Amino acid sequence: MKRTTEKIAEQFETFQILNEEGKVVNEEAMPNLSDDELKELMTRMVYTRILDQRSIALNRQGRLGFYAPTAGQEASQLGSQFALEQDDFILPGYRDVPQLIWHGLPLYKAFLFSRGHFIGNQMPEGVNALSPQIIIGAQYVQTAGVAMGLKRRGKNAVAITYTGDGGTSQGDFYEGMNFAGAFNSPAIFVVQNNRFAISTPVEKQTAAETLAQKAVAAGIEGIQVDGMDVLAVYVATKEARERALNGEGPTLIEALTYRYGPHTMAGDDPTRYRSEELDNEWERKDPLVRFRKFLEEKGIWSEEEENAVIERAKEEIKAAIKEADNTPKQKVTDLIGNMYETLPGNLQEQMEEYKAKESK
Amino acid sequence: MAQMTMIQAITDALRTELKNDENVLVFGEDVGQNGGVFRATEGLQAEFGEDRVFDTPLAESGIGGLAIGLATQGFRPVPEIQFFGFVYEVMDSISGQMARMRYRSGNTMNAPITIRSPFGGGVHTPEMHADSLEGLMAQQPGLKVVIPSNPYDAKGLLIASIRDNDPVIFLEHMKLYRSFRDEVPEEAYEVELGKAKVTREGNDITFIAYGAMVQASVKAAEELEKEGISAEVIDLRTVSPLDTETIVESVKKTGRAVVVQEAQRQAGVAAHIVAEIQERAILHLEAPVLRVAAPDTVYAFTQAEEVWLPNHNDIVEKAKEVINY
Repeated sequence: MKRTTEKIAEQFETFQILNEEGKVVNEEAMPNLSDDELKELMTRMVYTRILDQRSIALNRQGRLGFYAPTAGQEASQLGSQFALEQDDFILPGYRDVPQLIWHGLPLYKAFLFSRGHFIGNQMPEGVNALSPQIIIGAQYVQTAGVAMGLKRRGKNAVAITYTGDGGTSQGDFYEGMNFAGAFNSPAIFVVQNNRFAISTPVEKQTAAETLAQKAVAAGIEGIQVDGMDVLAVYVATKEARERALNGEGPTLIEALTYRYGPHTMAGDDPTRYRSEELDNEWERKDPLVRFRKFLEEKGIWSEEEENAVIERAKEEIKAAIKEADNTPKQKVTDLIGNMYETLPGNLQEQMEEYKAKESK
Repeated sequence: MAQMTMIQAITDALRTELKNDENVLVFGEDVGQNGGVFRATEGLQAEFGEDRVFDTPLAESGIGGLAIGLATQGFRPVPEIQFFGFVYEVMDSISGQMARMRYRSGNTMNAPITIRSPFGGGVHTPEMHADSLEGLMAQQPGLKVVIPSNPYDAKGLLIASIRDNDPVIFLEHMKLYRSFRDEVPEEAYEVELGKAKVTREGNDITFIAYGAMVQASVKAAEELEKEGISAEVIDLRTVSPLDTETIVESVKKTGRAVVVQEAQRQAGVAAHIVAEIQERAILHLEAPVLRVAAPDTVYAFTQAEEVWLPNHNDIVEKAKEVINY
């Protein structure tokens, strides 16, 4: 007789389309993407890798503030976002700024978010998203509500949210999925398992063999996907979206990925807890390397094209930082003004007090 | 006009707003078919359907997240937390999230959520049902905290809370649910949030109270009247933001004040009120402002409620201390 845990883990085999050499290993699952769409996916991944490199550099120069590196996670972040439509609503975690950018958040606002300026959190009209969530798990319970709301409004849209491997230990992680399941709401829950929550390896989070199987506790679909394979992530998200819109309920997607950099730029040093061997092993799985090989094999990607993307990224980043620099400084009266629709008495008083200070 | 208990007035306010605005959604543990553990939502699901009034899984944090998510889609959620002692499970959704929604989005999003929740002692509930935790809520910028003391205010304040475009914590004292009836208009009306009410006029001393302590203060005032002491009673109705103006005006008139709360001395909002008075009216004071509050222990075991909870005798005693200072 098999142990229950064995039987469960068997149902969550890793879904992969492209292997590390960029070869299609699952022809049947290949998405129906045009050459232009495939190139757009690569463009976004290259751009985001450059954005990460520049963000780290800008952070070191003191020109950015809070920053959580993304290199390594391009396939899981952008492959999933690529499967969305404009009406879909994103509830990102703090590392999920790239999804917001490709969903429509202007780059300079992403930089203002990093620096700590309220304008960075003002989503433009039609960009359906919340700003990055710092409280790990909160985005999951909120997703259950957004998804219920979209369904009630009769919208042909889903709510998608992201957390990390460590986040699967939170109560809100379970509650969010369980609520979405109980209400059969159109939600997609993504776990980006990059194997470490700061310094704590995933093995110390749970005895569960996969994180995808945690879907079982909510009675919803769960899938484990190669998070370094952009096509696999795209297909998994696309299918989850279709099921959600067909009224078949939410899905949990575990993307197996890796962050090449530190947890954040606030002094984390991954050499304290990660071996060089492990880093090397995951660098061989780089999502850009395998997708580049795949596109080059098809004859639709070249070094020139890649360099053009890199140049464009660098220029746009430069322009965005400049725009962020030119954003007016925040005043206490701005902060007070953003608290309530109608200011209560205490804040009316404080508004007057700070108006006087600011006019000096 | 109709004679209503506070719980009937609350149901009536919910019915009024469910009818008035199709975005209003009422949900929580057992609020649907069951009509709520106190019957506050009785008949509402039958009248408005399961789409508008519905039960949730048993998870307060999830309920908070559900409310926030629904608010992003233009709904006006009115969730219930079965007993406010359970707020600890949903502190992040309330204080960490919905209270900050408008601010963190740079005024591009808001959370028009009204959280209803019963609390309060004197009805022999088990552990963690009766605790007065309004002080925790009052310390969070972005929230409003409303505590009615009678059926008329309960209806008007709840309607105003639901219509408010920022989050409101609406705390319902269990002892007041059915303890008396009041004339309550059948139509929709609002009692303005953030405005206190002078429940009883007086000239010698001001009692500032809220929740069940309003009745206790009135009772104390009636006893003091027999001894020739005229006490004014202010019912705060909203404990955050405070109606500093009404409080200060009364204290300037009487020159003496006692702040009365059911919460422990280290909790509640009394200390804040004392601070506001000393900053704004110290030259009008004949005596220090004293507080009536519960002892700084964990909420009493059921059988100890009577000796533990503050009552009108404590108020009379404290008032005399202030008068004879």
